Amino acid sequence: MTLSEKWEELRSRNEAGLVAYLMAGHPTLDKSFEAIRTLAENGADFIEIGLPFSDPIADGPVIQEASNIGLANGADLDTVLGAARSMDGRVPLILMSYLNPLHRRGVNRSVRGLKAAGFAGLIIPDLPADEAGDWMAASRKAGLDLIFLAAPTSPPERLAKIAAASSGFVYCVSLTGTTGSRTAVAAGAEAFLRRMRGRTKKPLAVGFGVSTPEHVKRLSRVADGVIVGSRIVRAAAQGEDLAALVRSLKDATRRDAGPKVCGPRGGAR
Amino acid sequence: MIPSQPDRRGYFGSYGGRYVPDTVFPALDELDRAYRAARRDPAFRRELGDLLRATVGRPTPLTRVLRFPAGTGKAGARPSGGTVRRRRGESRMYLKREDLCHTGAHKINNTVGQVLLARRMGKRRVIAETGAGQHGVATATACALFGLKCTVYMGSDDVKRQAMNVYRMRLLGAEVVPVESGTRTLKDAINEAMRDWVTRVRDTYYCIGSAVGPHPYPLMVRDFQSVIGLEAKRQILKEEGRLPDLLVACVGGGSNAMGLFHPFLDTDVAMVGVEAGGRGPQPGRHGATLCHGRPGILHGALSYLLQDAKGQVLPTHSVSAGLDYPGVGPEHACLKDSGRVRYTSVPDDAALEAFHRMSELEGILPALESSHALAYALRACRRSPGRVLIVNLSGRGDKDLDIAGGRI
Repeated sequence: MTLSEKWEELRSRNEAGLVAYLMAGHPTLDKSFEAIRTLAENGADFIEIGLPFSDPIADGPVIQEASNIGLANGADLDTVLGAARSMDGRVPLILMSYLNPLHRRGVNRSVRGLKAAGFAGLIIPDLPADEAGDWMAASRKAGLDLIFLAAPTSPPERLAKIAAASSGFVYCVSLTGTTGSRTAVAAGAEAFLRRMRGRTKKPLAVGFGVSTPEHVKRLSRVADGVIVGSRIVRAAAQGEDLAALVRSLKDATRRDAGPKVCGPRGGAR
Repeated sequence: MIPSQPDRRGYFGSYGGRYVPDTVFPALDELDRAYRAARRDPAFRRELGDLLRATVGRPTPLTRVLRFPAGTGKAGARPSGGTVRRRRGESRMYLKREDLCHTGAHKINNTVGQVLLARRMGKRRVIAETGAGQHGVATATACALFGLKCTVYMGSDDVKRQAMNVYRMRLLGAEVVPVESGTRTLKDAINEAMRDWVTRVRDTYYCIGSAVGPHPYPLMVRDFQSVIGLEAKRQILKEEGRLPDLLVACVGGGSNAMGLFHPFLDTDVAMVGVEAGGRGPQPGRHGATLCHGRPGILHGALSYLLQDAKGQVLPTHSVSAGLDYPGVGPEHACLKDSGRVRYTSVPDDAALEAFHRMSELEGILPALESSHALAYALRACRRSPGRVLIVNLSGRGDKDLDIAGGRI
């Protein structure tokens, strides 16, 4: 299923999409690939698989640690492609990788390999749209969505540029900082999403610091999708019940009847 | 015209760029604009010039050394030819004495410039990474001078091996944060500084210590360090009446080398950058990025990178913390590909030998980083005598006594 088909389905059910993140190879190779199924079967609408990297500058302590463990366990692009091939494609898969491992393999080889293995999208946190010409061209050609990140620090014309470059959805970073659980939703997150909404019709997914069903519920009112990462990674590390966690997060994405949210289409704008 | 200016997007040839999370992208735009404006502003240039003169202690001397290249017959010092050479065949070796800068290394040329800029931009908090501690000390010093809050990230392994510099930074009022992640050296200190910057980008100025990082840092750091080469050019013309045959500098990230080389790029002077050969050419045992790496992306720029076949960054080793780094500035990558500068490496033991030789024969304690350049220069004098060369003595070796002392 492509990202846009999934968004269509979610809109018809009046739900926000739950993007569930996990780190390949963490806590072990087998467990991480098992976890993909667990997430898929218990309500995750999209699964974002992190490829471990030696220098994850956009990540906080939890994902840094998971990345080290994933590396030590031998997770790499090939094992991740293998895991994707074994999925049935009902839940769209998105790869999150820092640029260098993909650069090393080459733009076209990476993008074509991901598409062939069944990935629907790609997120590269250290690749701003300004440097992404080759990656955008190759992704478009291969039919893979290349998702860019927009930050609350971006001035309006930059938000428009990111939205225009992004395909599948726009990844809205809720705060200035690295990934990781926070006690509350960042103060400016909703205002940021509204600013972004004014600049694009593309779906908006919000992430960074989103960890509890309460956070998800609140952000589901203003975003099309909500991304939960570190909380799930921590659960995987501590052997918590992933299925129960993802169900509770998914439940929080179901919007109550009442004022319909400002979705990309049919929204109350 | 000054050669090798980056293009508008910050590329030197095919290297450079701005590969950063979008959160800090606008901050790079802001910095780029502020730096360009400052560079054109006579008031900024005057203030920087005054600081370099009155506080940093510039110009630094260009010192001719006689005994180091020739040897004296003293135990341990072997003259190359065995017999006394004719005077005409002698090498004439000069040291650019950045070790005599305030705080003991070239790093302060850059930090006074950047901290002036931070103040101009209204930032009240400055962060920096440091390897050997010299950039941390230089940043802390500049911040003390202007009353700005300073936080320095330093790999926990480096905190141990450069303990004196940690103490100096704390005396200067800086907060030193040991970094436990990754390889616990300079690379990880930069990662952590970038994470801090992403988090507090609105009020924080990131003062990068080498000619690395996203545009405009490689350009800006090189510009601030170019005072080294500009002075050296004037001084050698006065001493020798001509340009030198060869420039030698060590390369970690590459700021002291870019500073010396840049004003000579449009001449026909030969240049050699000397990387950390460590314990050998096998992966993980050295820091010789341009000798053994290949293009990749780390810390915001596309440049040469020590990486494995899967694109993971390799651990590095060097006896000198300042060269213990898997990346290198993008301008060096460009100069390597164009062939304008030659890059080679010198192993730990040769650097240590040069450290002792310089101490014993000239009464100068060089930093272990600079000792790599000295070791190469010595070899160059022996191989082809009769040339005039300038070696950048980028810092003094007081910080390295614990490491080098182990060999006495």
